[in-house]
Amino acid sequence: MTLLSLNNMKTDIGQYAVLHGVTLDIPEGGVFVLLGRNGAGKTTTLRSIMGLWTPTPGSVTFRGADITGLHTADIARKGIAYVPENMGIFGGLTVEENLILATDKGRFDQARLKRIYELFPALEQFWTKQAWSLSGGQKQMLAVARAIIEPRALILIDEPTKGLAPSIVAAMAEAFREISQNATILLVEQNFHFAKSIGRDMAVIDDGLVAHAGTMADFAADTELQERLLSLSA
Amino acid sequence: MENLSQILGRFGGVYLLPVGLALGAFVLIGAPASWATLTIAGLSMGMMVFLMASGLSLIFGLMDVLNFGHSAFISFGAFVAATVLSALSGWVGADSVFLNSMALVFALLAATSFGLAAGWFFETVIIRPVYHDHLRQILITMGALIVSEQIILALWGGTPITVLRPHFLEGAIILGNVSVEVYRLFAFALGLVAFIGLYLVLNRSRIGLLVRAGVENREMVESLGFRIDRLFIGVFMVGSALAAVGGAMWAGYETLITPALGGEMMIVVFIVVIIGGLGSIEGTLLGAIMVGLTANYVGFLAPKLALASNMILMTIILLWRPNGLRPAVK
Repeated sequence: MTLLSLNNMKTDIGQYAVLHGVTLDIPEGGVFVLLGRNGAGKTTTLRSIMGLWTPTPGSVTFRGADITGLHTADIARKGIAYVPENMGIFGGLTVEENLILATDKGRFDQARLKRIYELFPALEQFWTKQAWSLSGGQKQMLAVARAIIEPRALILIDEPTKGLAPSIVAAMAEAFREISQNATILLVEQNFHFAKSIGRDMAVIDDGLVAHAGTMADFAADTELQERLLSLSA
Repeated sequence: MENLSQILGRFGGVYLLPVGLALGAFVLIGAPASWATLTIAGLSMGMMVFLMASGLSLIFGLMDVLNFGHSAFISFGAFVAATVLSALSGWVGADSVFLNSMALVFALLAATSFGLAAGWFFETVIIRPVYHDHLRQILITMGALIVSEQIILALWGGTPITVLRPHFLEGAIILGNVSVEVYRLFAFALGLVAFIGLYLVLNRSRIGLLVRAGVENREMVESLGFRIDRLFIGVFMVGSALAAVGGAMWAGYETLITPALGGEMMIVVFIVVIIGGLGSIEGTLLGAIMVGLTANYVGFLAPKLALASNMILMTIILLWRPNGLRPAVK
């Protein structure tokens, strides 16, 4: 069943046309990975879904409802969380304050909080610390935890492994696998090995268009296609 | 080797600066009574400037808006309060603390209400079309300031207006050799109450959390499901109302006001916001107290340097901390 549909989505940033007509269906459940070279339009796709840039023309349909042109806050309220490439952490706020801001009613669901502690133990350890004092990996954990502190149907995550140590990347992969059992993750990722390990479906964006879409298993097996679309050597 | 910031941090950080300034002045002034009088005057001036500057700091920090028209709220607050006090002159001069207080309450309420309404109008009509465009913000808010000053001239005329002080705030309390003006004590107390109120709202409420988060990253706050544009209006209105109350208190302090009052205070207000660090209420308070104390101490010790004292203070602090003493965003 399709959760999110992008239909001929074209987005301009200033005078530059970045997306030239992205059409894509994201099925419900699992991890859907958007791959592509630098500047291909992956981040712009996520930001356009979130309403941070408005696609004109084209449409975005979420759970069957057209969300094109809605305010970002209204899109978020429909059950879409966003973890940007720069993590979007509020450095002057504590870990607790960062998380409580993302709750719907200003209080924690203790069961979810416990699960977050299990996924990311560092957050409990630094609960009262200001977020700017966290390491890069801990900030990424906080950004992801903020996206799942309430039940969300779709979580958009932009390059979460960038600059992280291998041990943190492995922990992140484990967390994403678990999160994707109850929510759909739309992941933008440059690290193909990481993407391959957790992705169920995938698409490659190239020059603002979808160059390929299919299952991750098929794409991982086709080295020629990887070489052509991502310049990956076998 | 430890640097100055690390040593300061161990003893209370930048919050120690006013204490250090006061102690240094105590040594230089020598006479305890004069020092105490100047310190109280500096603290009270600092609190009035804090009222005027706190709103600008939040507007600057949260909305990234360079509002050069902020001084219009200060001027209007002063003139509106002066008009109410004049209309209630019977209560103002009565030998009754209750009637005096009521006159003051009505004057401050009028200034606050005007600030809220003017803030709403300013944000909606003037600021909103020029978000994200600093050059146009400067031009349009400067234009709005000129128009506002002309409106004040048209309504109240160009001659200085005498501001009546409620009878119970006249005079001074004598403590040993130290004479403390009652009005200054009241201004200090009002500023302190405003600071505590703002501090509690910003640090103990969900709205405050949103404002602090919005100062850092507006886009992310929206991505969490909050309409920050609605928050902007609220912050702008509160900031304008605080400026109007600050203007009203300053009018009572000066007792003679002209339409240029806001413009004159604006330089000090900008210095306070820059010294304190954008978007930080604690920083604004710290900056305002530093400016108030410095102006009074330098005015006593080296009168010829008085006019330049705030500029010198700002230069020193920015050379040490380019983002201000306590910026909201690290």
